[in-house]
Amino acid sequence: MAISRRTIALVAGCIVLALVPPIAALTNQPFYVDLFRRMMIFALAAVSLDLILGYGGMVSFGHAAYLGIGAYAVGIPAFHGVESGWLQWGLAIVASALTALVIGAISLRTSGVSFIMITLAFAQMLYYLGISLETYGGDNGMRLAGRSRFGGLVDLREPTVFYYVVLGILILFLALGSRLVASRFGMVVRAAKANEPRARAIGFSPLRYKLTAFVIAGSGGGLAGALLANQTEYLTPDFMHWTRSGEIMFMVILGGMGTLFGPVIGAVALLLLEDVLSALTTHWQIILGPILVLVVLFAKRGLFGLLVGAEARDG
Amino acid sequence: MAEPLLSIRGLSKRFGGLLASDRIDLDVTRGETHAIIGPNGAGKTTLIGQLAGDLRPDAGSIRFADQDVTRLGAPHRAQRGLARSFQVTSIFRDFTALDNVVLAVQAHRGSSFRFWRPARAEPALRGPARVALESVGLGARADVRAANLAHGEQRQLEIAMALATEPRLLLLDEPVAGMGLEESQRMVRFLSTLKRRITIVLVEHDMDAVFTLADRISVMVYGRIIATATPPEIRGNDEVRRAYLGEDQT
Amino acid sequence: MSISLALVLEQTLNGLQYGVMLFLMAAGLTLVFGIMNLVNLAHGSLYMVGAYLATAFTERTGSFVLGVALALPATLLVGVLVEVVALRTLYERDHLDQVLATFGLILFFNELIAIVWGRAAIFTSVPQFLSGHFRVLPGLPYPTYRAAIILVGLAVAILLWVLVTHTRLGMRIRAGASNRTMIAALGVDIRFLYTLVFGLGAALAGLAGAMAGPLYSVQPGMGEAILIQVFVVIVIGGIGSIRGAIVGAIVVGMADTLGRAFLKPMLATVISPPAADKAGPALASMSIYLLMAAVLFFRPEGLFPARSRS
Repeated sequence: MAISRRTIALVAGCIVLALVPPIAALTNQPFYVDLFRRMMIFALAAVSLDLILGYGGMVSFGHAAYLGIGAYAVGIPAFHGVESGWLQWGLAIVASALTALVIGAISLRTSGVSFIMITLAFAQMLYYLGISLETYGGDNGMRLAGRSRFGGLVDLREPTVFYYVVLGILILFLALGSRLVASRFGMVVRAAKANEPRARAIGFSPLRYKLTAFVIAGSGGGLAGALLANQTEYLTPDFMHWTRSGEIMFMVILGGMGTLFGPVIGAVALLLLEDVLSALTTHWQIILGPILVLVVLFAKRGLFGLLVGAEARDG
Repeated sequence: MAEPLLSIRGLSKRFGGLLASDRIDLDVTRGETHAIIGPNGAGKTTLIGQLAGDLRPDAGSIRFADQDVTRLGAPHRAQRGLARSFQVTSIFRDFTALDNVVLAVQAHRGSSFRFWRPARAEPALRGPARVALESVGLGARADVRAANLAHGEQRQLEIAMALATEPRLLLLDEPVAGMGLEESQRMVRFLSTLKRRITIVLVEHDMDAVFTLADRISVMVYGRIIATATPPEIRGNDEVRRAYLGEDQT
Repeated sequence: MSISLALVLEQTLNGLQYGVMLFLMAAGLTLVFGIMNLVNLAHGSLYMVGAYLATAFTERTGSFVLGVALALPATLLVGVLVEVVALRTLYERDHLDQVLATFGLILFFNELIAIVWGRAAIFTSVPQFLSGHFRVLPGLPYPTYRAAIILVGLAVAILLWVLVTHTRLGMRIRAGASNRTMIAALGVDIRFLYTLVFGLGAALAGLAGAMAGPLYSVQPGMGEAILIQVFVVIVIGGIGSIRGAIVGAIVVGMADTLGRAFLKPMLATVISPPAADKAGPALASMSIYLLMAAVLFFRPEGLFPARSRS
């Protein structure tokens, strides 16, 4: 059996990511563990967005809201002395899922331009809600009392341990996501995106499937948020700012919409780009902005497509 | 006599100043092949839209398979056994032909809230899908991307998708539109094999197809049905002649 | 704190004034959505450009009126430039592409402004001849400047109404909002119409920004905060509809202003003051989004959609 380019790319990617901590230790650059861990966390957020954006055709411009919910689901309990990772991360997922359910139920009644604006508006609403939480830092946010605890299982205070936990979660999410998009459910969501009138004509009511996908994506975002709070050990409402949503969207596009693995590359690429540019000048956004415009206009297929070729791209 | 499979009463639809459907009454009996013809602008597309569930009528009712479906959307009607093909070919272009039909089968076989097993590998879905594809003559093209199929093949694919849902009624919107002579004859031959087993309602301009397939023909002009009769009777009907050919011809 | 009638009236007028700002932004944006089917996130940047240019021109010329009068055509020019250079290619693209590309433009503009004027907020004062209060009603003094804004808004609304209902251009705009392909088929010069509409929207946004200077702080990123509320206005009002923009703007302006002013004291009558202290501001900032959710629940196309339902 021939091994496809796609499989090679995936395995190679996993190996590269797994080797970062040892290499960082060898070269005495612990900063890289931190950097790549951050990339993987955003990769998780981007992959979860790809489920609805790439596969479902739902242009949700409010995905960062779930990052924020997940982060505060860790931060608020920690503030009150509840440090159990099980509880915090569980809360992150459940709270994001419920929020996605409500937002999705309302937003999915519309489509096109309205849908984009509404998801944006709801995310901004949550942003303002975060700002109004005076007890938890309001505008300025707050320090995380301590990283999530998992009893004797893992100690997230160890950078390398935390790194592999994140890597594990990312790989698990990608594996589950792969099954999901090929499953009956995934096929309906993709069909609704491809040709909704046709999907309806054969007997599918797309709304319930889209909403479910929306909730799953939101939960993924929430988990990413919980990880992010642990990563930065500081959480602010800025996690939910709509420019964050735009950034995550860009990761999906840059990496390749509807590929699941592309957004991982997209996250790495965009964060690297931001890092490099911000080292050049404090006004790096004036360079990033036009780059983003050019990517949209000319390179929409995404990096993953370039890597593995067009046919291998579609699962 | 058994209740008609499809029963339309007083169906009306207005678009601004235009009365596209004007108190339409129609009965389609089980096993019948019923053609709807009429000059352009007669309101056939609007009628199909209301039958399929894409358009809401302003007045009147539609009864299908012993149920009032007037307020029900297309998915519900499909679940009740109404399958359709579109005037402009509408398929899932980026999926293979087989995947297209698998989706149609999936819609009627169990819940689609399954998140783990790959749908395309399910024998319960692939089997019937292959059968449907073979029956329309696309068996060899199962793994071709739908967008890469020839126009005529794509229209066959639509029929396969419709059949895969095991429908009671097949609603065909200009099934041979855009097909060459040989292709359309093949399609008509195939559709004849479906007669009796499935009730068919078709809208068509191709008179050869209509007169070959139809048990009864309804003629629409300006949103109204002016005649419903057997093909020979329609052929000899003066009013129909006038509607199609104009006043100064016999 | 007791709520007096004078306070309610004052806040109502404030709501109207804020509604005017929203309307000026929404009118341009909804036309661009409706006619060109373009999602333009960078509309807020034009508002920002208008504010900065007005501030700069006012400083140069020493006259506020002159400053605003110069800022308008200048912003229009910037808008036209952006349209010709960057946005033309986007008309054919899907909404996702438009969203992302205009998002890139926002980053660009915010940073450009920061480079030229710095990141710190600039505070401009209300011009002398519009400062102070005047008596709207006995016992109700109201800031003259804010009243002027309301009047300007009224004037613009009337002018737009005349333009849309009584001129050839307006007819084309209405036709375009309702069926884009049709007017192209009828031979109307689409390119020019698009650029014109976009320029008009830019000028309106610039006007809003120019008038906003003395009231709100002028800083990079100021466009985005108001832009999202403008989205809410359009969603509530209905895409492509000026009438919807007016109604939506007033509704949102009122809801936001009155909510901020009165939600806390109103809540305090029902629940304990400390709880109201926390819940009040939170609910106030959420209020317009909750309103949007409510409208959408019953009318997903908005209150006055320009396109007929199919």
